[in-house]
Amino acid sequence: MSGAVVTGSARRSLMRNWGFLVGAGIVGFCAVIALIAPWIVPYDPFAIDLERRLVPPSFMEGGDPRNFLGTDQLGRDYLSRLIYGARISMVIGVLTVITSGLIGITLGVLGGFYGGKIDDFVVFCITTRLSIPAVLVALAVAALRGSSFMLVVLVLGLLLWDRFAVVARSTTMQIRNLDYVAAAWCAGVSRWWVLTREVLPNIATHLAVVATLEMALAILLEAALSFLGLGVPPPLPSWGLMISEAKEYMFFEPWVIIIPGAALFVLVLGVNLLGDALRDMMGTDLSR
Amino acid sequence: MLLFLLRRLGVAVLVALTVLTLAFLLTRVSGDLAISIAGPNATSEDIETIRRVYGLDRPVWVQYLDWLGRAVQGDFGESYFFRDRVANLILGRMPVTLTLGLVGLCIALVVSLPLGILAAVREGTMLDRAVGIVALVGQAMPSFWLGLVLMIIFGLQLAWLPISGVESWQGYILPGVVLAFSAIPSLTRLTRSGMIEALSSDYIRTARAKGLTRFSILVKHGFRNAAIPVVSIAAVQLGFMLGGSVVIETVFALHGVGFLAWESISKNDFPVVQAVVLVLALIYIGLTLLADLLNAVLDPRLRTG
Repeated sequence: MSGAVVTGSARRSLMRNWGFLVGAGIVGFCAVIALIAPWIVPYDPFAIDLERRLVPPSFMEGGDPRNFLGTDQLGRDYLSRLIYGARISMVIGVLTVITSGLIGITLGVLGGFYGGKIDDFVVFCITTRLSIPAVLVALAVAALRGSSFMLVVLVLGLLLWDRFAVVARSTTMQIRNLDYVAAAWCAGVSRWWVLTREVLPNIATHLAVVATLEMALAILLEAALSFLGLGVPPPLPSWGLMISEAKEYMFFEPWVIIIPGAALFVLVLGVNLLGDALRDMMGTDLSR
Repeated sequence: MLLFLLRRLGVAVLVALTVLTLAFLLTRVSGDLAISIAGPNATSEDIETIRRVYGLDRPVWVQYLDWLGRAVQGDFGESYFFRDRVANLILGRMPVTLTLGLVGLCIALVVSLPLGILAAVREGTMLDRAVGIVALVGQAMPSFWLGLVLMIIFGLQLAWLPISGVESWQGYILPGVVLAFSAIPSLTRLTRSGMIEALSSDYIRTARAKGLTRFSILVKHGFRNAAIPVVSIAAVQLGFMLGGSVVIETVFALHGVGFLAWESISKNDFPVVQAVVLVLALIYIGLTLLADLLNAVLDPRLRTG
């Protein structure tokens, strides 16, 4: 290899570290905010004050220093609601990844490991799942059962496992015939041992990348569902719901939708940056 | 080739039947349909009447077979709210959704193909990095929010484009752009990686050695080979776009299939919801089938798999 290639890749890894730092910074910040939300909010995010509705952020004209990001259409402090919204997005993202990860990884590893009929079945499940319009089904279920926080997690978890399954399946296939797996078989360990001690740890990094992608998707979908009124129910301050409730006023006070939308965008960007950096560190390309 | 075709077709039919069953279960498992239709103020007698009129008092498997038999023939029953055949409703709304999907796909391709090729040719430079950032931004953009922001900027502040509706062709621009945003990241990345692979191959070296022009090398030899995966992903993306149309059509008040689904969901009009889920799924299945066949035609190596 020539020297130019080495410097190029070194520079690239540095650049990706930059992406990793920004991504980890954003996600870490949101996670901390979400954890300590009750202790840092300036006001009660549910406290309505009809005397002081739609006060602009303090740095804008007509702003009030008491409310840094202004107040919403019911006079609730926007910053406090935004902070509690981070909590909702983070919790939904993490819980969805856990649920969908359990389903997808189980299916994918079984299909990739056993092959044959079992694999045909797994591939069939993935194909079927992909052909179902996820947003529509989530909306329909929420409308039928009445929307709630747990329902959103459950529905998203049941709908977003496809990528976990695809990646778990293909990576398991790649390693199932490798020497160390064969060595484990020769050592006479059980099938369960091979799956949990040999296969899973070796595909874990790939699955971590999928987890970030799915978390980003879950956060965006929750916001979209809440925006359509069938996600997290009011008065919970989901960012999607904040945008939906402020929509009527957006032509007069654009900041009411800019602020929660920008928060959503930055968090999802952070999660994606983290995923990209992870993927580059492993030197594999799972993006499609 | 014939065997491949038949196998692929068989799988598609099987998937379609499974989706049919799931669409049926969707409305039965999620609660008592009669209570949902009757609404909150209904008496128990009303509910009983509804149950009889809509045939919901029959055993579930009879209802299922009845529904399946009709659905296969394209008969999705009658809408509770619109008082019209569901099939008519969907057919009437389909042109708007299909137009929107195609506009979105065209915009996405027009943006992502040049970006992907450019990034591949200048791999590792600032330009490549910039394209990567565009893809990241597109991936993180909440589509409904982007729609609202574009409405404020181009509809209200600049007053260039209509805020909602599709009375004129301009009405498709903003929703088309928003829809395109969801497909641009994956299409750009795929074009880029496909081009990088193609450009490092032997046939490109041969083309260079023959002294062909740069354009001819890039487009005729490079892109034609990189395009194979892009074609199939573009078809799949179109399917996803149609499925995601419910959000964008609601934001822009476009009266397409997605908006119909949204109206029906909020009015507990389940035959329509069921049918829309089914139709969108069938379109997706059809598109992926088409993409696979197209791939097989473009790349003979895939036919044996």
